[in-house]
Amino acid sequence: MSVPTGPKIITSRFDIADGHTYSGYVRTGGYQSLRKAVGTMTPQQVHDEVKAAEIQGRGGAGFPAGTKWGFLPADVHPRYLVINGDESEPGTYKDRMLMELDPHQLIEGILLACYSLNAAQAFLYVRGEMAVAQERLAQALNEAYANNMVGKNICGSQFSVDITLTWGAGAYIVGEETALIESLEGERGMPRLKPPFFPAVKGLYMQPTIVNNVETLANLPYIVAQGGSDFKSHGAATSTGMRMFAISGHVNKPGVFEVPNGVTTFRMLFEASEYCGGVRDGGSVKAFIPGGASAMWFFPEHLDMALDKPTVDKAGSMLGSGAIVVMDQTTDMVAACWRIVRFFARESCGKCTPCREGTTWLERVLKRMLDGHGRAEDIDLLFEISESISPGIAWPPRQTTICPLGPSAVSPIASAVRRFRPEFEHYIEHGRPIDGVLSPFATHLVTRV
Amino acid sequence: MTDLAAPKTTVAITIDGRSVEAKPGELLINACEQSGSFVPHFCYHPRMSAVGMCRQCIVEVEGPRGKALVVSCMTPVAEGQVVSTTSEPAKRAQEGVLELLLANHPLDCPVCDKGGECPLQDQAFSHGPGESRYVEEKRHYEKPIPISDLVFLDRERCILCDRCTRFASEVAGDPLISFTSRGNDTQVMTFPDEPFSSYFSGNTVQICPVGALTASPYRFKARPWDLEQVESTCTTCSVGCRTVVQSSRDELVRYQGVDIESVNWGWLCDRGRFNFESVNSKNRVHAPLVRTNGELVDATWSSALDAAGRILRTVINDKGPDAVAIIGGARGSNEDAFAWAKLADALGITARDSQLGDGLPAEVFALPQATIAEVCTARTVVLLAPDLKEELPILYLRLRDAAEKRQTRIIEVSSRASGMADYAWKSLRHEPGDQPRVVSELLASPDVAAQLALGNVAVVVGRGNLAESPEFSLLAVGAVLGARPDARVLPVVRRGNVRGAVTAGLTPQTADTDTNTDTNAILTAAAAGKVECLILLGADPLIDVPDADLARRAFASVKHVIAVDTFVTESSRHAEVLLPAAAYGEKIGTTTNCEGRISDVAQKITTAGTARPDWMIAAELAMELGVDLGYSSYGEVHAAMTTAIAAFAPAAEARAVRHEGVVVAHPAPVRITAAASSAAPRLTHQFRLLVSRVLYDLAVSTSQSPSLAPLAREAAVHLHSSDALRLGARAGSDLRVAANGSAIVLPLVIDDAVSRGVAFVPFNQHGNDIRVLIRHDAPVTDVVIEII
Repeated sequence: MSVPTGPKIITSRFDIADGHTYSGYVRTGGYQSLRKAVGTMTPQQVHDEVKAAEIQGRGGAGFPAGTKWGFLPADVHPRYLVINGDESEPGTYKDRMLMELDPHQLIEGILLACYSLNAAQAFLYVRGEMAVAQERLAQALNEAYANNMVGKNICGSQFSVDITLTWGAGAYIVGEETALIESLEGERGMPRLKPPFFPAVKGLYMQPTIVNNVETLANLPYIVAQGGSDFKSHGAATSTGMRMFAISGHVNKPGVFEVPNGVTTFRMLFEASEYCGGVRDGGSVKAFIPGGASAMWFFPEHLDMALDKPTVDKAGSMLGSGAIVVMDQTTDMVAACWRIVRFFARESCGKCTPCREGTTWLERVLKRMLDGHGRAEDIDLLFEISESISPGIAWPPRQTTICPLGPSAVSPIASAVRRFRPEFEHYIEHGRPIDGVLSPFATHLVTRV
Repeated sequence: MTDLAAPKTTVAITIDGRSVEAKPGELLINACEQSGSFVPHFCYHPRMSAVGMCRQCIVEVEGPRGKALVVSCMTPVAEGQVVSTTSEPAKRAQEGVLELLLANHPLDCPVCDKGGECPLQDQAFSHGPGESRYVEEKRHYEKPIPISDLVFLDRERCILCDRCTRFASEVAGDPLISFTSRGNDTQVMTFPDEPFSSYFSGNTVQICPVGALTASPYRFKARPWDLEQVESTCTTCSVGCRTVVQSSRDELVRYQGVDIESVNWGWLCDRGRFNFESVNSKNRVHAPLVRTNGELVDATWSSALDAAGRILRTVINDKGPDAVAIIGGARGSNEDAFAWAKLADALGITARDSQLGDGLPAEVFALPQATIAEVCTARTVVLLAPDLKEELPILYLRLRDAAEKRQTRIIEVSSRASGMADYAWKSLRHEPGDQPRVVSELLASPDVAAQLALGNVAVVVGRGNLAESPEFSLLAVGAVLGARPDARVLPVVRRGNVRGAVTAGLTPQTADTDTNTDTNAILTAAAAGKVECLILLGADPLIDVPDADLARRAFASVKHVIAVDTFVTESSRHAEVLLPAAAYGEKIGTTTNCEGRISDVAQKITTAGTARPDWMIAAELAMELGVDLGYSSYGEVHAAMTTAIAAFAPAAEARAVRHEGVVVAHPAPVRITAAASSAAPRLTHQFRLLVSRVLYDLAVSTSQSPSLAPLAREAAVHLHSSDALRLGARAGSDLRVAANGSAIVLPLVIDDAVSRGVAFVPFNQHGNDIRVLIRHDAPVTDVVIEII
């Protein structure tokens, strides 16, 4: 299968053994963009290049980074850059790879953003479980400080920035930007209400704050070095640049791949030998999640769709943070649905009622079905509970909740029950999955019955 | 958003088909409720910040971008909004949230104290789906668990609305309860080994929208539908919080705070909330007691009044009316004080004082007065008062709110950092006797002068130290008034109705210092044998007068004591005749708070035994002495009072004293004080004594309330850590505290809130009594402290 190609923009050092060290980074052209920016460009020029690149935020919402930066009110200081490295969506691990394998690239991206934003302080918030990433980032930051790439008068200029590392404490919801800010301030990781707390206006410590994803910022050294228009020339006009996708599930070679954005199709990703090399055991795709556990599921008819934000949005799901999970024909859809709902029920922060009570209720109904105690009315009940969390059960989801976590638990139910209703009915009637699927609970069920 | 045009005064919106004019910035939920559309809600509370957590108050709003479901407690009104609180989508969402709230809520309503007055129960009926489809196992926790001496928490019933936790951190400033765990396991909890020992914990019980928080004094005492209630005013301290008094089977069972804008905003302190237990106490005096063969024995009213009348007649005939003195009256109603003042007038008794040498000279009431609301909206508040958190807790809450959320800057000048110190703009320490100098220097400092120049200055003045003359605070007030002649003063006294009693006439009747008849003068005269009969109106001088030795000598010398009291106290046990008084909740009347606000107190239950209101006792004793005061009913004494005393005239109409009550100007004697501006410096090896009250002490209303009694602490001497180090003493060490030829032993508490060189001893606690070292005629009390 022939696939579109493009430069390795941010994964260029993934195969270099010492790419994560300062010497390895500098040897391969690192920190040249920073020198260029502070030496020859104004902050506005950096901002202009980012705008010209039309890079969409890689955290999930896909909001153009250059536009977001423009929301910062002029002349209000201090202002902060917060880097969201709390990557915890099931199936997502691209930021982890970036932090482990090329930490200096991220640091350089942070510095470029700070230079453009006129921010003197950045907070890098790394997920608590990512021990290697934390270690390498800390090491890289020490090296960067030692080489005057971070700190006072960077590269002899007037530009000074401090980067503070913070480790998360294991809450998925802290990936939500306002909850992350709360956590940074030492509070419980619970989302703030927007309005009034739009981070660009009232963010960390009630000061203007830009929150950017790790991958977004890792692109900046390239954008500054090669220019925004060069970046934009890769990928599709509606989804510019190269982009990382993390594929997991029933494929032969799961992994993280940097592909031309907006032009590569799901089928290419799953089947091309450069990428995943086909579904395992020569099987077929039964369903796949295109953009993280909170996205609506896609099915075989979507395989030839391009990984292009507007196209996927229009089809009723999202690319999110680029976490794709492939399920082959042996997948027990009731169990798969339950497994994802359980994740959201466990990760609900507990602040608002529909999410705290609703996600747990959904999880327990599904678990009861898996345990062989489903009732005929349970399928309607699942939709009714979902309706109380996300009125209309539509995409993009509406919500009775404070943040989108609650509706996230509705997506797998809406997707799986609508498409695979007979599988649910079979569980209710027989207390076991349909023939031909492998349930993770099969043995458990046998001993029970 | 800055609007350069003139600010609009109203916002036109449509709510359920009605055109409504809302206030700009108002929350939708409020506008809906004001217009008659109730929106179900749990976490929203008008006196706390909105958090949008329960999601119950979802309504449908049609704006420029179409229809949307919004949470009405987080959405401000906007011009042109079309709101539906009952549209199909809104109702579906409300029912959905209610079903989710009920999913894990136990159906133990029949045994739940909240059942019958429960917002969750009520709104499940009015806005809920009818029945639950939840068939899974509900959450289980140990239930209930005590989280303080007074409050129990049932986590199974909790719906995690954040009201109690928000109250604790946001309103009370005691963030001792918080959410722990997360998701479906989220629960409200105290921190390890730290109980929820807030002075305001009872409010969390009142605002809990379910039965998750219960208070021990009310647990399983009554069902809401059996309760009778009447609105009243708390007289525990002089803040005068508005309450409802609730009874069941003619017994007080609960007080609840009532939200009035001018005073308490719905909050009560735990002391005021729970001391109804003392009214129900078995130890109350139920019948008149007359001393017979050395013992106080039950008597009939006629024989007791006869005995009291005989004493008074004999003393007045033999020695004249100057041999009789009246102490007390500040714990009763205005009418009680008025009737006793009239009796005193008729008998020619001029020696009377409703304060017990522990208050403020009455001339402070003659200064230009500020209301509580005015203090809380002042630009600057100068605090020359006792620790408000300990003595007038709800005034503390109001001032804390003003300092935290509004523009008020507080300047505190005290001998010990009070509960307000954390919220004060400036908090300065002074040694007792040195307040006027510290205040004068402060006023001269440029930043304070600039702050005061902004205008709108209020002074809160009270008796911060019972071992120090109140004249110093008056001089300090004078200094502020010298700098800002337009400053206004809020005098704070602890006892509930001092201002009413003073206005009614239970106050020294002469401004001449030589013939001063305040309580100290009365006791001095008594000790010298010049007073033969002491009448105590709910007063306990042996416990409350700071100079214990003086009180003891006076009681040893005085021939006759007639006491009107609810309990046999240290002082009333010396009585020859003890007449049982009706307690709070047992009599109707009006009371006057520290701002001069007159509001009504209501009768809810019949009196204990044959106890009678003080005014009635005065009227009957008058008859016994051949004087007809002309009062045979409460209405008559109230009418006579509002006619005779101009300050009480606005209270004539019953309507005027309901709810918010009415603030009146109280005339007061003006006396020029001529004390030295500062006390002489103490000797370096001595400590200057600070004696002040804490919320829970051995006062009868506390010690006779079983739930509150254990909260009084052991007497101790508090020293700054550097002073403790200097003495070589450790926390808990026994220290010998000596002055004026007496000495007591107290354990040491290391307390860095206390100024260096100052020894702080809380008043009226268990253990050795610091008052034996205090002399009423000494401006300050210096003590020698030695390690034993």
